[in-house]
Amino acid sequence: MMSETTMPPAVSVHTGEAAKKRMKKRHNAEKRLRAYGIIAISLAALALVALLYNVFARAVSVRTEHYITVAADISKDENDFLKVVKTAAREAFPFASGRTQKREVYGLFSDGAADDMRDAAEAGTLEAGSGIQRRFLLSDSVDLYLRGVFGTLEEREPEGALTLSEDGKTVLLQSTAADFNDALGLVKAGLAQQSERLRREAERQSAGIETLTARLPSLEGPELDDTKAQIEGFKAKRAQLSGQADALDATIMAQGGERLKLTNRMPSFFVRSNDGILKLTEVSSTTALGKPLIPLSGTAAGAWSLLSLDRPEIGRPVKDFQVALVEDLRAKDRIEEVTNWRFFTSSDSTQPEIAGIYGALIGSMWTMLVTFSLAFPIGVMAAIYLEEFAPRNRWTDFIEVNINNLAAVPSIVFGLLGLAVFLHFFGVPRSSPLAGGLVLALMTLPTIIIASRASIRAVPPSIRSAALGLGASKVQTTFHHVLPLAMPGILTGTIIGMAQALGETAPLLMIGMVAFITAVPEGITDSATVLPVQVFNWANASERAFDMRTAAAIAVLLGFLVVMNMIAIILRKRFERRW
Amino acid sequence: MTESSSPLPHAKFRCRGVNVHYGMAQAIKDNDIDIYDKSVTSFIGPSGCGKSTFLRCLNRMNDTIDICRVTGDIRLDGVDIYDTEIDPVQLRARVGMVFQKPNPFPKSIFDNVAYGPRIHGLASNRADLDALVESSLRSAGLWDEVKDRLSSAGTGLSGGQQQRLCIARAIATQPEVLLMDEPCSALDPIATEIVEELITNLGETYCVVIVTHSMQQANRISERTAFFHLGELVEYETTHDIFNTPKDERTIGYVSGRFG
Ligand SMILES: Nc1ncnc2c1ncn2[C@@H]1O[C@H](COP(=O)(O)OP(=O)(O)O)[C@@H](O)[C@H]1O
Ligand SMILES: [Mg+2]
Repeated sequence: MMSETTMPPAVSVHTGEAAKKRMKKRHNAEKRLRAYGIIAISLAALALVALLYNVFARAVSVRTEHYITVAADISKDENDFLKVVKTAAREAFPFASGRTQKREVYGLFSDGAADDMRDAAEAGTLEAGSGIQRRFLLSDSVDLYLRGVFGTLEEREPEGALTLSEDGKTVLLQSTAADFNDALGLVKAGLAQQSERLRREAERQSAGIETLTARLPSLEGPELDDTKAQIEGFKAKRAQLSGQADALDATIMAQGGERLKLTNRMPSFFVRSNDGILKLTEVSSTTALGKPLIPLSGTAAGAWSLLSLDRPEIGRPVKDFQVALVEDLRAKDRIEEVTNWRFFTSSDSTQPEIAGIYGALIGSMWTMLVTFSLAFPIGVMAAIYLEEFAPRNRWTDFIEVNINNLAAVPSIVFGLLGLAVFLHFFGVPRSSPLAGGLVLALMTLPTIIIASRASIRAVPPSIRSAALGLGASKVQTTFHHVLPLAMPGILTGTIIGMAQALGETAPLLMIGMVAFITAVPEGITDSATVLPVQVFNWANASERAFDMRTAAAIAVLLGFLVVMNMIAIILRKRFERRW
Repeated sequence: MTESSSPLPHAKFRCRGVNVHYGMAQAIKDNDIDIYDKSVTSFIGPSGCGKSTFLRCLNRMNDTIDICRVTGDIRLDGVDIYDTEIDPVQLRARVGMVFQKPNPFPKSIFDNVAYGPRIHGLASNRADLDALVESSLRSAGLWDEVKDRLSSAGTGLSGGQQQRLCIARAIATQPEVLLMDEPCSALDPIATEIVEELITNLGETYCVVIVTHSMQQANRISERTAFFHLGELVEYETTHDIFNTPKDERTIGYVSGRFG
């Protein structure tokens, strides 16, 4: 015992300073790795959140649609509903004069309004009769205007009292306070910008004059004369530009009650008074000239308000007359925002406000059904054959290499193959879910085969021995024991393949699924489109209103994916229930 | 090979000139052996000498190994089991097997035992099946331990219980022969004792062939012992004779613990 306490502590290579240093290095390396991992995951999560936010923030607008209520006459056996809508529009706004205004009135209504009535008539729920107040779907641009896409409309209580006096077709407005200063300021700012532009242009002329003058000494003969003439031209242009700028500046600075013109490149100003709406065309600080868009009931002094829309008329499809109509109706509570079921129950359309996702959703379902019912059994059977039954030889090696290569083939190539083989050779109907499903099944097969083989291979051999030792045949062993144990892995592979197929666009374009199809496919041979192609089409459409529908279609696509994944997870849990 | 002095029971397996090759390598060299019914026969020998390989010849499990080639004459009750007429699947129903590592199916205890009877159609109704499962579990000495949890996982049992479950599963198929490849090597001494007792009991009704690396085990449970060395069947005698009066140099060396 004594000797033990007096003996010096044994120094091993694993204690001591050097060892401590090594340990520390190892710990640091571990910490670093963990930090990298956390950073990577955070970045991925951030990207995902940004993506989802971007999609859903835009998609929520599809939640509602806007209707207008006006009276319309419908006879018992009406069949021209477009005319009904047109007549109703005309009668609702009898003051619209001239082709432009009439067209703008019709432009408030969606083509879907007539469709709705036709559907109602077919369903026998359309109430015939005259003078009945009915709801009409508003057009996509008005819908967007109501969502504030084309600028924000501000309504302001003025300070002064207003006197109106008719002056031919226009109305002169006079306020006791400087209520039009805002508008005037904007006009002046617009003019100032214009004047600045002119001066910049004039400066460019000066620069040109300078360079040409510097070149003069080295020139002679006709060239010299030409250049001199050019300089003179520049000078004249400069004088003209500066003159214009000066004139503008003078206008801006003028203190007198001179009214300045509002153009369609400036924000629009309206005055609401006497049940009508005036559009201001000229303003000074206390007076303005207005054009009645909604006729006034008189010129009595009374309550009035000022409206302004910051987006210039030239930059929006909803014109000032339409804005006035909509604002008038809105004030009268005749514009309604209701839940939009149409998006989920109708198919594609050239009119964004009546375009829906239903057709594409059903198309995707049929296509996925075809893909799954081909790729899953064939893929799993191929994997079983290759893993459990096929002899290992040059042929099976060759097949294995080819399957692995197929997984790396760009999807558009499968589209070409589908076009050549399925459509041209076998005559599968173009644009049909059958054709799409076949192509996508080809594309998905390698993924399913590879995943299935890996998970079949992972089943412990002892299970096979146990079954064979009991006198189970190879097929019984495979189907009773190996396959159930491999199923979770197989399902994982299948869902990866199916998710890929669901989001695939390129090969489907090749076989015509990009066609504009408004009918809901009733089977796998009908013409159809699918969700990603619908997204692609809408994203390419020029109408602004397709923006939010594109986002909503993406959301539906993601939802479809989630549902598909969920089914797979539930199935997998079933099989994973370990004993 | 010398004839045993005691009156011979029926020879279940009669093997003559058995050779086994794995690819080019020869694992079993020209072996002759008779394995008797209603008794326990042990195969002993240093590891890699071909005990398992030979055992697998008896139920044609070697067929599942691609590179394995078996030649020679192996007869079960006088019928060549390598005859083209013979279906190895049916043969394996007659010659059951228990493996070194317990390998219950990841299913319930009941389903484990019922699997053989089901695929061979041995029970015509649920009551028959229940009875068969119960008797098999009883024979394997497991019934009392699991009778209340037949529907729980077979893989949830302890190692020894799992191995007895595998034995019960093999018995449920109602085989004539039971092959066991080191059935106790993954078990603790207590579980081993239980399984050994079980094997001794099974030897009264079945033809049991057991591979073991434990000479004491062979001594305890078997009536006959075969000693293999480098693929050769060196000596095949009653267990008593092998351990007490071995004749071959190699056997003497092995049983006295000089090599192995
Ligand atoms: N599946 C196999 N493939 C190739 N060689 C094998 C295989 N199984 C066994 N062998 C070879 O056969 C010989 C006998 O093996 P085995 O029968 O397992 O011996 P034991 O069970 O007596 O330890 C060994 O040399 C081994 O390497
Ligand atoms: Mg062995």
